[in-house]
Amino acid sequence: MDLQTLTFLIVGITFAVYIGIAFWARASSTDEFYVAGGDIHPVANGMATAADWMSAASFISMAGLIAFFGYGGSVFLMGWTGGYVLLALLLAPYLRKHGSFTVPGFISDRYYSKTARVVAVACLIIASVTYVIGQMKGIGVAFSRFLEVDYDQGLMIGMVIVFIYAVMGGMKGITYTQIAQYVIMIIAYTIPAIFISFMLTGNPIPQIGLGGTMEDGTFLLDKLDQIMGELGFKEYTTNKRLSLLNMFFYTLSLMIGTAGLPHVIMRFFTVPSVKAARSSAGWALVFIAVLYTTAPAVAAMARLNLVATIDQPGKENNLAYADRPSWFRNWEKTGLLKFEDKNNDGLIQYTGRGDNEMVKVDRDIMVLANPEIANLPNWVIALVAAGGLAAALSTAAGLLLAISSSISRDLLKGVFRPDISEKEELLASRIAMAVSIIVAGYFGFNPPDFAAGTVALAFGLAASSIFPALMMGIFSSTMNKEGAISGMLAGIGVTLLYVFQHKGIMFIQSTSYLGGMEPNWFFGIEPNAFGAIGAIVNFGVAYLVSKRYADIPLGVKDMITRIRQP
Amino acid sequence: MNKHQDYWKENIFLIIKCLSIWFISSYGFSIILVDHLNVIRLGGYKLGFWFAQQGSIYTFVVLIFYYAHKMGIIDRKYRIND
Repeated sequence: MDLQTLTFLIVGITFAVYIGIAFWARASSTDEFYVAGGDIHPVANGMATAADWMSAASFISMAGLIAFFGYGGSVFLMGWTGGYVLLALLLAPYLRKHGSFTVPGFISDRYYSKTARVVAVACLIIASVTYVIGQMKGIGVAFSRFLEVDYDQGLMIGMVIVFIYAVMGGMKGITYTQIAQYVIMIIAYTIPAIFISFMLTGNPIPQIGLGGTMEDGTFLLDKLDQIMGELGFKEYTTNKRLSLLNMFFYTLSLMIGTAGLPHVIMRFFTVPSVKAARSSAGWALVFIAVLYTTAPAVAAMARLNLVATIDQPGKENNLAYADRPSWFRNWEKTGLLKFEDKNNDGLIQYTGRGDNEMVKVDRDIMVLANPEIANLPNWVIALVAAGGLAAALSTAAGLLLAISSSISRDLLKGVFRPDISEKEELLASRIAMAVSIIVAGYFGFNPPDFAAGTVALAFGLAASSIFPALMMGIFSSTMNKEGAISGMLAGIGVTLLYVFQHKGIMFIQSTSYLGGMEPNWFFGIEPNAFGAIGAIVNFGVAYLVSKRYADIPLGVKDMITRIRQP
Repeated sequence: MNKHQDYWKENIFLIIKCLSIWFISSYGFSIILVDHLNVIRLGGYKLGFWFAQQGSIYTFVVLIFYYAHKMGIIDRKYRIND
């Protein structure tokens, strides 16, 4: 059976399973649609949270970015796991104790203000839509490769499928579906890693293989450093992302963004108790860590295999363009891989210098191309495709649910139309889903960064707005509504200004302003890492403003005491 | 009321302890001190690189379960006195 047929078959079977489960557990009332009745076991909830969490950014994009950043890519690994510590220690137990359905629900109760709710909803929507743009990039890459069309067509097909998928099921469907998706994803991610680790180092455990030796007795990472050096790339294990200061803030931004994103926090409303909220976060991280500790091995080994295939160290000549393998041809069709024979010798030079002829190697193709580059059997390649699509679709669905519930529940029912009927609420949430997909898809045609980079921007926006408001809401018994609202606005405002100044207004490159400024002018910190600065501004402004206004009402003080109790 | 304040104090102390470890393993060993740690090797890994791409993640997992476990003990302690 050829690769494309096999891919269709495996993707088809896995999707039939997800859709079957979604139908079987289809949501009937609105409460179930949102939080599935609140009776989900911590391990099951952890697994579903992990599936929800590990998006196209984690599955398709992250290892590719690490493969090219080397040590600098560690910001994603630490940032997207360390946030769970903050979530488990600082937020989840208290939000569960309070028992609100949504993040803006908590903010509006704690800050006794509808304005606070509206501001929180706006921040969440901005962050979540940016996040979905990142997913759309991943979905576009995956669909374009497996349907063998160009990226734009792949994205269009992906949008339609995401829409059908998200509108069909509520959280109940999604919780069970996501457990199935987690299983598929983790199998799809680890199997090629195990194969490749075994082939290169003789050790099937990728986490150990990465620190192991190759056939000639040298350590794999040393070999990689050496080859990178010879080809004019930066040394893999020490290559920093701009600077250590930038890496510090990048990691911080991703961590506190993790603890501020609604679709993850919402998961902790569905566990039976405060105790379960704490351990759920732990279980989620266990399931996430399986992928996240494998990713560095995937990254380093993919990079090694890529240069070994093209530059062929040890042989006299580089790979001839005419002899390029089928994965090379297939990815060329998507427009995400480009070769230009600068010196007309018919050979492919892939270097970190000016004579580089691989003019485009989109980072987001690395994980999907990895099993093909390593010549793994076709069923493994097809499985990776199924896993990548599951990752992108499950997170897109979780986010769309968060966006739609923000609009229908927090804005319509909570503020503008308290008398809305259940049916109208459901309709409003579905319209919101459709609009979000179209908006995100539109930006997906010209994404501001690679999938993981775009998602990092979304985390920065959540970090700068939601996390400080939640944390002060729990740990300060004096923070008032004036402080919290101005903090959120200042935090997200500063972050958006910095991001748009670099990437263009609404990510339209031609509208980037202050062009005379040096890139990353603020202490060398890049826009993707700026959420941490935004959060500091948020805390600072909130503190200063809160001093000038009245103390919080007694009822709210009681509420704070209550959520802190065992 | 005092009991609740004591409970909260113990909780805060535990959080600070856990977050210190969280900070040292990620920002400390993996970023600020990475070049110094890289002198030491762990098999084929440079130690700083290992913390950045492996070690800190394992630390995070252990930390959350440690916190959940300790909080369970503190919860029980204060519930008995209620």
